[in-house]
Amino acid sequence: MSAVRSSLAAVLLLAAAACRHERRPALRLWALGREGEVVAQLLPDLARRRPGLRVRVQQIPWSAAHEKLLTAFVGGAMPDVLQVGNTWLPELVALGALEPLDHRLARSVAVRADDYFPGILAANVIDGVTYGVPWYVDTRLLFYRTDLLAAAGFARPPTTWAGWLAALPRMQAAAGPGNWAILLPLREWEPPVILGMQWGAGLLRDGDRYGDFESPAFRAAFAFYLDFFHRGLAPLGDTAVVNVYQDFARGTFSVYLTGPWNLGEFARRLPAALAERWGTTPLPAPDGTAPGVSLAGGSSLVVARSSPRKDDAWALVEYLAEPAQQVQFYRLTGDLPARRSAWEAADLPADARARAFWLQLQHVRPTPKIPEWERIASAIARYGEAAIRGEMGIDGALEALDRDVDRVLEKRRWLLAQPRR
Amino acid sequence: MRRAPVVAAHVALGGLAALTLLPFVWMVGASFMASGEATTLPLHLLPRAPTLAQYRALLTRLDLGRCLLNSAGIAAAVTLAAVVLDSMAGYAFAKLRFAGRDRVFRLLLAALVIPGQVAMLPLFLLLRALGLVDTYAGVVVPGLASVFGIVLVRQYALGIPDAVLDAARVDGAGELRIYRSVALALSAPILVTLALFTFMGAWNDFMWPLIVLADRDRYTLPVALASLAGEHVQDVELMTAGAVLTVLPVVVLFLVLQRHYVAGVLAGGMKE
Amino acid sequence: MQRLRLNPAWVLIAPALVAIGVFFFLPVVAALALSFTDFDVYTVGDPTRLRLVGLANYRHLLAEPRFWTALGNTTYFVLVGGSLSVAVALGVALLVEARAVRLKALFRTVFLLPVVTTLVAVAVVWRFLYQPRFGLLNALLGRIGLPPIDWLGDPRWAMPALILLAVWKNFGFDTLIFSAGLQSIPPQVDEAARLDGAGAWQRLRRVTLPLLAPTLAFVGLITMIGYFQLFAEPYVMTQGGPADRTLSVALLMYEEGFRWWNLGTGSAIAFVLFAIVLGLTLLELRLRRAARGGAR
Repeated sequence: MSAVRSSLAAVLLLAAAACRHERRPALRLWALGREGEVVAQLLPDLARRRPGLRVRVQQIPWSAAHEKLLTAFVGGAMPDVLQVGNTWLPELVALGALEPLDHRLARSVAVRADDYFPGILAANVIDGVTYGVPWYVDTRLLFYRTDLLAAAGFARPPTTWAGWLAALPRMQAAAGPGNWAILLPLREWEPPVILGMQWGAGLLRDGDRYGDFESPAFRAAFAFYLDFFHRGLAPLGDTAVVNVYQDFARGTFSVYLTGPWNLGEFARRLPAALAERWGTTPLPAPDGTAPGVSLAGGSSLVVARSSPRKDDAWALVEYLAEPAQQVQFYRLTGDLPARRSAWEAADLPADARARAFWLQLQHVRPTPKIPEWERIASAIARYGEAAIRGEMGIDGALEALDRDVDRVLEKRRWLLAQPRR
Repeated sequence: MRRAPVVAAHVALGGLAALTLLPFVWMVGASFMASGEATTLPLHLLPRAPTLAQYRALLTRLDLGRCLLNSAGIAAAVTLAAVVLDSMAGYAFAKLRFAGRDRVFRLLLAALVIPGQVAMLPLFLLLRALGLVDTYAGVVVPGLASVFGIVLVRQYALGIPDAVLDAARVDGAGELRIYRSVALALSAPILVTLALFTFMGAWNDFMWPLIVLADRDRYTLPVALASLAGEHVQDVELMTAGAVLTVLPVVVLFLVLQRHYVAGVLAGGMKE
Repeated sequence: MQRLRLNPAWVLIAPALVAIGVFFFLPVVAALALSFTDFDVYTVGDPTRLRLVGLANYRHLLAEPRFWTALGNTTYFVLVGGSLSVAVALGVALLVEARAVRLKALFRTVFLLPVVTTLVAVAVVWRFLYQPRFGLLNALLGRIGLPPIDWLGDPRWAMPALILLAVWKNFGFDTLIFSAGLQSIPPQVDEAARLDGAGAWQRLRRVTLPLLAPTLAFVGLITMIGYFQLFAEPYVMTQGGPADRTLSVALLMYEEGFRWWNLGTGSAIAFVLFAIVLGLTLLELRLRRAARGGAR
């Protein structure tokens, strides 16, 4: 009997300890990936300014972030402030999860709407209401090995895809046998979508009611995308490249289509010998009108509608949106600030590697702002992978993709057809 | 038996045992290596210069110690509740007579065929209505009683001699008192087995805590480990250290209470 | 005279029944109801955005190629993985239970170790073991002269990789049950067969295995039920890839239900899974009854 009693006591003690912990009123912030690891370093200054305001940061890996966010919302377990990818905003707004921020923005001194890249701020406005404050911008362009490009006989990076198609095999040869030229991760939807946008495809049609992936424009872009793999320029499968940084240094691939977080990661993780041997360049275009268009991505800070401390939450958002914090954040992560004054304060447009992003950010377009986008994106990645591996022909894959997308959008069509109440 | 086949059998079994243990050996070895050592060729099982750096990182920077406590507390709570509830019900189904007893029992058996995942989605919504999402209670609640436990106890309780129970009844004891004083004591062996199985099952449970818990502070070890695996895909040594931490308590428990574990498997298995 | 009293048995069974009823049976019934609606992320935001769709979810499911992929993968896993697990377990049990073998308890313990370890930890470790360049498995293959395999990245090898993991993890459990079954066979039977001049192989086929048949059927059934619920391994190791080759029914259900919050579709998948498991169980019971009837 005493065993039962003592274990009961242990359980109650543990529960009591847990309860005591749960009643501590710290503001909760969820941050994703590398940003989550780093953001805590920005907070001491806030604690100094607002001594009563304690912030607890929870880091969530990108791979699980979307489902964790939705699960938390459905379960009523949302934090106060969240970092979200701005492509998720329409979905969260459709759920009624986010607090509208227009009136706070209007009254704010620290956050000035006109200081943001217009394309990026627009991604945060759904149906005329602003729901997020851009935190950092993300777009995709090419990182490349400068030495291997030179060895391939090119003094400057090409500005057309045709130019790159000539350069890549030579860079691959220069790196040595058994290597590839360009890394295009299979699980990502960004490459085919970016190419689609560059080729002028709309991705969805009829007011985003149906998929448009069988259009000639997207088909051409998709075929071009598959070509990298069929020609042996890009590796098949995520396990071929284990550690991106080690493999980039080794020359396993010489070009990488990726985003600004790798400015910081490359600086941190590449061996010292590589420090001067890589660069960035804006995306090429199908024709001569460089740079080609890229994605208007990035993360935003949002306030949960369920938060009991919205004023404090907004204070945290305002703080992180200050130019000084944006600059500091850039120095810690390599993530590019969303505010142009922060760019200038950090002298970024003059930095050779960041300059490519400065140029690219003038040519970005958002993805369709619908709640189903995340689902459609993963379908694109899936059919892309099937086509790359030769399991589906290009027409079969695009037809199946359109069919899936049409089914996903069925409820949206039904809702849009309802009379407005 | 002639000699050669005997030797062959031992060699085969020994080889199989070595293969079975090999992943564990690698796991423990890698957990004591410095970062990056496990992925340098040529591969080696034992660290060149053993270090506790990975464990230190886990317990300080990544706060896995707290997750260890979470796992322990939740598993203990589930075990306590399950042992109490299942032993009561199992004894009643075995030794007491009441209307509909066999029908209800058969209904419970039917539950064994239903995969747990069927219930998960609506259960999540139910817990949300009760305000139990992202709480320890939310993790514990689905495991409060289990059909497997009831069947196990019932199977064992059937073997309690009726004479003992009748004697207590003649002495004027109520049924509940009989359960508490007589049946529980006589069922002690199977209850240890039940407690062991329940604890190990709750400790190793992954899918449900993954769904219910949002706040990292409440993560159990398997959920924390899976989360770590998502972030630190490249940190082999760190991940193996996390795996060792997750696995160590249940392995120790199993080694200490082996006999009860084996008895439980056989008891649950022999009656179908 | 009978006093109207609550049968104390109900007091004893009530807590367990309530717990199981509220937290299991009730959700299962609710899942059935949900599967007839189009409950999704829109509904979560606004409960009026819900439609009763009857069997539409099931119809769409059966027309969805991805569902059949998942079902095919899961069936492959159950048939190949299950058979392999049972066969290995049987073989090991026969070896361990051989009379002249020593250290039986030690072997049994070693073989049970994978069974009791947490699946997520095992999956994390094996993900590294399967790494093409620095994984232990390819190192062993190289030692015996075979080329390296991209275990988790090659669509042909991903499911075999999961099967190998499952066999390693589970065979000890089945071995234990088989051992008990073998121990329950009276040694005189085997002795009698030997005296009659039967060789080892014949004894195995004609005497041991038939006597072991009920145990075999039981182990086969629980293995099958367990393996049909394949989830944690693909979730941790491959996320259903590469190219949906390790997408299992349970993983698909998790995706639909907890990633996209299509509870209607997710519940439909869950019920199809249930129907399959139930069907197979009933089939097995019927076969066993027929076998028992035939043997008499």
